[in-house]
Amino acid sequence: MIVAERKPFDEIAAATSGFRKVLVAACGTCVAVCLTGGEKEAGILAAQLDMAATLGDREQVFSVGCVERQCDREFLEELGPQIAEADAVISMACGAGIQFLAEAYPDTPVLSGVNTTFIGVNEDVGVWTERCRSCRDCVLSITGGVCPIALCPKGMLNGPCGGADQGKCETDRERDCAWSVIYRRLENTGRLANLEEVIEARDHRDLLPGRQVHPAYQRRYSAHE
Amino acid sequence: MGEKYEPKILALICTYCTYTAADMAGSMRLQYPPNVRVIKLLCTGKVDVIYLLEAFKAGADVVMVSGCEIGDCHFLEGNLRAKERVAHAKTLLDDLGLGGDRLEMFHIGASDAPKWAEAVKLMTRRAHELGPNPLGRKKPRAAQTNIEELRA
Ligand code: SF4
Ligand code: SF4
Repeated sequence: MIVAERKPFDEIAAATSGFRKVLVAACGTCVAVCLTGGEKEAGILAAQLDMAATLGDREQVFSVGCVERQCDREFLEELGPQIAEADAVISMACGAGIQFLAEAYPDTPVLSGVNTTFIGVNEDVGVWTERCRSCRDCVLSITGGVCPIALCPKGMLNGPCGGADQGKCETDRERDCAWSVIYRRLENTGRLANLEEVIEARDHRDLLPGRQVHPAYQRRYSAHE
Repeated sequence: MGEKYEPKILALICTYCTYTAADMAGSMRLQYPPNVRVIKLLCTGKVDVIYLLEAFKAGADVVMVSGCEIGDCHFLEGNLRAKERVAHAKTLLDDLGLGGDRLEMFHIGASDAPKWAEAVKLMTRRAHELGPNPLGRKKPRAAQTNIEELRA
């Protein structure tokens, strides 16, 4: 799931201070699970903003709306009537959800209430850890289901580096060396031979942020190469 | 305003320990300020951050949450949850400018009537020190959320 953290209150209050009617739009999926942007958290934020507005003698009205997912058009439609009433929306979904909401309602200012942090797992009560960097060329079948890009601070594709010590990472003694974990996992599943495979260096031009190239341009560029 | 300030104290207390202590304080005829309004809950584990915020929105001057002593919760860890939520709500109140000091968590065992009386006295003193909750005095209320409607 996508993990996010709520933005500092002052930042949200400043961003919304110029609008009279503000809708706090929660997302009922990832951000609800990480207790950042679900209906409950949206209610808390609305109550906080409401009190701060009253204390600051600002005439503002805050309401709460929640949809199952903000990254899905069908669900976004449900917010229509509430957004029609609002001067601005503060979305508590991840960055993807916020953008999709803004796209669906282009005439209303959409502000972000959270900082989206990573793709992760729910490790323990209240503990979320990053597990994937969405690198677009997954190596998990070779690395025993352990991601070296997200878990090794150096993102070593062929590890470990020389700094691994007793299974711990040289950057942080509390941290397992991702490549030691990979080794043990492969040993456990009888796949140590995988380590002989050299994973080729990446072409990081692939990793340009969210690039979307039109197929026609792609053909034209490749003609020049 | 002119009129004398009599603080409104909201106490969210659990039925098994603190409520029993408060009841006993009555039977023992212990004296404590009459400013406190009690809401009895099955367990302080039921206390949600939003209840605490809504209490201040509604004009409570100070709010106290009181459960069993640590380790004595009838539901094992309800009071521990409440303790963490109260700590979190204090930071939220600090953030919005009302001040986390208006909210406090207590742990009062069923037989500890004097401790209940002391806690109420402490919060009454605190309410006098902090002065009235400005939200309760600003009329008409400028803002209103639809959270009540959502929870219905
Ligand atoms: S909008 Fe983001 S947080 Fe909500 S369901 Fe979609 S991916 Fe998850
Ligand atoms: S290799 Fe790691 S970062 Fe890349 S897709 Fe797989 S899990 Fe995600």
